[in-house]
Amino acid sequence: MDWITTVDHKKIAILYLWAGGIFFGIGGLEAILIRIQLIKPMNTFLDAQTFNELITMHGTTMIFLGVMPVIFALMNAVIPLQIGARDVAFPFLNALGFWTFLFGGILLNLSWIMGGAPDAGWTAYTPLSSSSYSTTHGVDFYTIGLQIAGLGTLIGGINFLATIITMRAPGMSFMRMPMFAWATFITSAIILFAFPAVTVGLVLLTFDRILGANFFETSGGGNPVLWQHIFWIFGHPEVYILILPAFGIISEVIPTFSRKRLFGYSSMVFATILIAFLGFMVWAHHMFTTGLGPVANALFSVSTMLIAVPTGIKIFNWLFTMWGGQVRFTTPNLFAVGFIPTFTMGGVTGVMLASAPADFQFHDTYFVVAHFHYVIVGGLVLGLFAGLHYWWPKMFGRMLSEHLGKWTFWTFIIGFHMTFFVQHFLGLMGMQRRVFTYLPNQQFDLLNLISTIGAGLMGVGMLFFLANVFITSRKPADAADDPWEDGRTLEWTISSPPPEYNFKQTPLVRGLDAFWKEKTAGHKGMTPSEPVGSIHMPSATVHPFLMSVGIFIAGLGFMFSRDDFGNSFMSFLFNNYIVTALGLLITFGSMLMRSLFDDHGWHIEPEELEGR
Amino acid sequence: MMKTWQAGKRLLPMTATLGLILAGCGRQDLSVLRPQGPAAESSFGLMKLSITIMIVVLLIVFAIAAYVLIRYRRKPGQHEIPEQVEGSFKLEVLWTVIPLILVIVLAVPTVQAVFAAGDDHSDDKNAVKVKVTGHQYWWEFEYPDYGVTTAQDLVIPAGVDIAFELTTKDVLHSFWVPSLSGKIDTNPDGSTNHFSFSAPNEGVYRGKCAELCGPSHGFMEFKVKSVSKDAFTAWIASMKAPAVMPEDPALAEKFKSACLTCHAVGDMVGSNGPSLTGIGSRESVAGILLNDDTGVDGAPILENLKTWLHDPQSVKPGNRMPDPKELGLSDEEIDGIAEYLAGYTLE
Repeated sequence: MDWITTVDHKKIAILYLWAGGIFFGIGGLEAILIRIQLIKPMNTFLDAQTFNELITMHGTTMIFLGVMPVIFALMNAVIPLQIGARDVAFPFLNALGFWTFLFGGILLNLSWIMGGAPDAGWTAYTPLSSSSYSTTHGVDFYTIGLQIAGLGTLIGGINFLATIITMRAPGMSFMRMPMFAWATFITSAIILFAFPAVTVGLVLLTFDRILGANFFETSGGGNPVLWQHIFWIFGHPEVYILILPAFGIISEVIPTFSRKRLFGYSSMVFATILIAFLGFMVWAHHMFTTGLGPVANALFSVSTMLIAVPTGIKIFNWLFTMWGGQVRFTTPNLFAVGFIPTFTMGGVTGVMLASAPADFQFHDTYFVVAHFHYVIVGGLVLGLFAGLHYWWPKMFGRMLSEHLGKWTFWTFIIGFHMTFFVQHFLGLMGMQRRVFTYLPNQQFDLLNLISTIGAGLMGVGMLFFLANVFITSRKPADAADDPWEDGRTLEWTISSPPPEYNFKQTPLVRGLDAFWKEKTAGHKGMTPSEPVGSIHMPSATVHPFLMSVGIFIAGLGFMFSRDDFGNSFMSFLFNNYIVTALGLLITFGSMLMRSLFDDHGWHIEPEELEGR
Repeated sequence: MMKTWQAGKRLLPMTATLGLILAGCGRQDLSVLRPQGPAAESSFGLMKLSITIMIVVLLIVFAIAAYVLIRYRRKPGQHEIPEQVEGSFKLEVLWTVIPLILVIVLAVPTVQAVFAAGDDHSDDKNAVKVKVTGHQYWWEFEYPDYGVTTAQDLVIPAGVDIAFELTTKDVLHSFWVPSLSGKIDTNPDGSTNHFSFSAPNEGVYRGKCAELCGPSHGFMEFKVKSVSKDAFTAWIASMKAPAVMPEDPALAEKFKSACLTCHAVGDMVGSNGPSLTGIGSRESVAGILLNDDTGVDGAPILENLKTWLHDPQSVKPGNRMPDPKELGLSDEEIDGIAEYLAGYTLE
């Protein structure tokens, strides 16, 4: 019950981590099934329809429900601590964001047991995703599930924007913020501008499918290419929503374990902003083969190539952060160091893809599959594992086992390169993506076999990680405040895990890497910027949970509103939108209650603080 | 200036070696890395250029990373604090400017090639016009200048520019012959695409659908047959010859009532399904069962036709062809039609 009503950012972080971890596991199992099907030509392990459902759900689950929540977990766990705040700006919204995400994710995954998962690819291109060609409710689960989950992401993004703008500790100017806080700030800004696009797109597709609208229906005057534009205007910035937090994590981990400040901090900030900016003007590079014409193709080619410049700045800054430092190979740093060459490989194939005439060949082949897995797994997921191992003691008060951590790293990264490196060549040799099987004698067999074995090895890496988490959870919580001994930022100045109120006294920040600065000045901790006083805390509340349950019920009701249940009572309930209305009643009722009854929160008094 | 030129000269043999290595990859009739026509060569040229640049970048990054990780590991007993370097203006400018130059080196030929690829030959009198229509899960090829329509095997004269007009009857598909050219999507009417390629060498090339289009997306394959100009003219003529019907009148009647409602043979036109004219001369049945009497890549055509006609859904899940048995054909009649179709060859 405590977990359902909590508004504490540290607990919400753990909820995000759990939920994201479970969805990540589901997405991973789907990936393993896909790879087993492709292990040999003309395999009959899965049928074609199931395969298409698996690739659709693997992509959708991993991106929206697997890695995004883990990013939010780390943001929630770390950002308020890093900027010296007692919580996020809107703790209530924070909880609401989590619960809408979770119920959106559950709704999407219910499709497996309620008549068939979405099968039109995670990009859901129309007309394949229209009700004429995707006749189950699968794509409805996709549109409505993502809509609800996307609501949570949008709420979370707005919350972090407000938090970082308004709640930095005294002395922490923008140019003194840790890089992860910068990355979160910029990521949240991208979310704010990118998610409305997919929200609109999903509404239009939902209307097409359920209410018989014609936005993407050629016969009714619509245009399916419109969907591609809307999807990628969101979809490409989404890539940067995913990768920028990883850049932020790497920029924290590498300086800590090199015992040096980040090389070129201001150019890192500049590069992050530039990437976000350029990220909004390259979407049509996903559509070079749609037939946009040479002018559009040329412009989008060049704008895409430009992104290589700020990204290159980052890579070299990381390398030169280590230059002249004292590099320690702890598990988090192994992941961070492994990230650099791996992500660079994904980056260079990205530049290759940017060249439109070459992309005519790369597009929709395994070359693209290899590219984006290098960026998302080799970049983001390695970054997330670096961050998880790095901040785990701060989140849970327990150090993960270094021994098992190294096993996780080596099996995962070797498996990763085995799986995806060969896929570049599969694509170039003529294997298109999203095929449920392939003919023999095309020289695809050996490379696919290697790829599947690699995927198995990645699975083994994940088992090591799970074992590590399980074993660690049974150990006493005895992590030091600054367990890595070289912590540079504010989160390492307080206990692990931090008390409910984070900072007894808000610290005074005197420069970049505030804690490191105090340490080198010979101080043990931060100088407080305020006397010990009564701390205002937000009250726990069940409303965010109830609101999300309401939306969930409304979504389900709307989805089945045109169905004939063969049962007059059920049909009556659904076809007259009674279920939808009931769900919305719960949500709006909950909002009303929240508005009518003021909750001023509670205070922790100085005596209690001293007593601890 | 001298140094840049030297670096450029060093790149040349690397590009050449790379080309050789990559050329070893894949089947000649399928692989992007073994281009068989000018369009594919243009893409491949850009690929070689970009791969070369990128390998140089990777080598630099890997080398610095390896050096740093070996040279600057923390040694036991090392406790002094390393110098806290803020940054270096010169270095940072260096690694902003060099990538920018590399991007320009790649961007210029890219833009040139984009506009070159934009020439779709739709107004070219010498080009052979072909209207490509994607269907779940087969390809229709119409030659409007000759009044001929065929399916699955695209027959083209070698060395002549082909001006394609591409569209789809249902969902999006993408028309791709890797060894001849890059791909282009088939969109519904209203956003019809045009593009062009040519095949200088005679031969059979493998084509694929590259856009997810449903369960049998992976089986939506086709062939491009590049033949001499004379052979092409002869092929057009034989395609326009009157339809050959099954010899057995009862079977002919069955074939007419069950199959020709959708399919076409010769001048007897059904328009929903792939044309069957000269199916005995094609490279495959249903695009995916390869006809190969040696049995290496597939099976003899008669066997393939029987496999297909006895259970189309098991060959291509989700395809639109009704089960012949449900249309009232007996096993013997199906075998009879298979034999007739296998024998329906063109000159």
